Amino acid sequence: MTSWGIYRVAFQTIVTKEVLRFMRIWMQTILPPAITTTLYFIIFGKLIGERIGEMDGYRYIDFIVPGLILMSVIQNSYANVVSSFFGTKLQHYIEELLIAPVPNWVVLGGYVVGGVTRGTLVGIVVTVIALFFTDLRVNSYGLTLLVFILTSILFALAGFINAVYAKSFDDISIVPTFVLTPLTYLGGVFYSIQLLPNFWQQVSLANPVLYMVNTFRFGILGVSDIDVRIALVIILGFITILTAYSLRLLSRGVGIKD
Amino acid sequence: MSALVINNLYKTYRNGFEALKGISLTVEQGDFFALLGPNGAGKSTAISIIASLVNKSAGEVSVYGHDLDREKEQAKCLIGLVPQEFNFNMWEPVVEILVNQAGYYGIPRKEAFRRAEETLKRLDLWDKRHTQARWLSGGMKRRLMIARALVHRPRLLILDEPTAGVDIEIRRSMWRFMREINRHGTTIILTTHYLEEAERLCRNIAIIDHGRIVEQTGMSRLLSRLNTEVFVLNLKSSITDPPTLPGYQVSLVDAETLEVEVLREQSMNGLFDLLSQQGIEVISMRNKQNRLEQMFIDLVDRSKRQGAAT
Repeated sequence: MTSWGIYRVAFQTIVTKEVLRFMRIWMQTILPPAITTTLYFIIFGKLIGERIGEMDGYRYIDFIVPGLILMSVIQNSYANVVSSFFGTKLQHYIEELLIAPVPNWVVLGGYVVGGVTRGTLVGIVVTVIALFFTDLRVNSYGLTLLVFILTSILFALAGFINAVYAKSFDDISIVPTFVLTPLTYLGGVFYSIQLLPNFWQQVSLANPVLYMVNTFRFGILGVSDIDVRIALVIILGFITILTAYSLRLLSRGVGIKD
Repeated sequence: MSALVINNLYKTYRNGFEALKGISLTVEQGDFFALLGPNGAGKSTAISIIASLVNKSAGEVSVYGHDLDREKEQAKCLIGLVPQEFNFNMWEPVVEILVNQAGYYGIPRKEAFRRAEETLKRLDLWDKRHTQARWLSGGMKRRLMIARALVHRPRLLILDEPTAGVDIEIRRSMWRFMREINRHGTTIILTTHYLEEAERLCRNIAIIDHGRIVEQTGMSRLLSRLNTEVFVLNLKSSITDPPTLPGYQVSLVDAETLEVEVLREQSMNGLFDLLSQQGIEVISMRNKQNRLEQMFIDLVDRSKRQGAAT
């Protein structure tokens, strides 16, 4: 078999293993985001949202739908890779991959696609739930799908890096709790940054999640707080940097080899 | 062609510990090779470098002529490793562990299932194929590690203490299995603390201590260098005093057990003639100490003395 043939089968194996892993525990991986998002729609969208009125010319519940979908994609892409790859390190079955003729980029690609698959599945579930509360119309299918996938890739990569450095279960919960959740909540999921004073608007622009949420919202509703072209460049830039960094960590064996 | 050539291999860990101090080693194709040494001698480090689990500091390793730096993938395809510690996903069913491992070597899923079935049957694990690995007994987990290492049909199998903690019955069945795959052409490198195991199975041997090879030779040649052997003789009738056997050192362990030290140039026939002349009947005998164990202790002691002198 040629090297490319080996890589293809190895990649498929990692992805299949990852998908089977999160599907086996769907009560922990797929169901919770569905319940949480339903509660968001009921509490923020229906009960509180109807008193808020319009935001950027849309009903509040319509305004928050894109952000809530993308938030679930971000959290689940990240969580899948960080917990799975940390588990392989902790139980030492990372050695199954290290001993085999699998290049680092195939290992990284397999885990990232596993994370993207879970992110996509949860995103679809949340979108279906959203249809019970709103009349969802998509402004640009292409852009919506592109941002959906790129965001998922970016956070799967971030989860991978977290897992490489993690030495304990605390280390894989610190970043999601103290970094990811605040960035997501302050990333314009529930509000337009136009509501903020000028200083806080400028501070918000340093938050990468803001660009993803707004570009995704533009894809669905056609409104955004920022220039979509700049947002896409920023997202692609982050993906490039995180990919290069992840590959460097793997090639140096950080956290996985002595 | 040699199955494994290690040339001047060094490993210094980040904390400054020098695990390997320039070892060189050749294992011929089809050999059953013992790599022995006390705890912390550097065996597992050497094995981990060959298996790409640890980065080397310097030196060269080639597997069936494929350099581990320049032709990494070709070399890796030829190696199977059974490590010391369990290192599989405890929550995964047995068959999936094998199928995934085969997949990492480029074996398509359908063929991987076929090979997993064949390998699990050979190791008496087929009935457990749907069981999560954590529910297997210690012996079954050891066999699962061997099955996983064989699923891609490596030509060089490295076994790092494969029988540690398993009962004698399973150990013997594993010996039979290892002999069989060796007979079919797989080169085997074995590390073990059971020296009887190494003596029974291996044809060639290297002893490593403090990161250096202190001996590399044929098993029979090494054992022939033993100057003395102590035999324990079980007697048919009780005696009160040890018999006088000219040329032999004799001690009475109890009324029905004698210990006799036999030099290399002395024959067993001579010993039995002397015993018969004194009316002593022997019903069974055994080595007091495993022969390889005796040699191993001598060599490691010598290495320690040399280390202390320098």
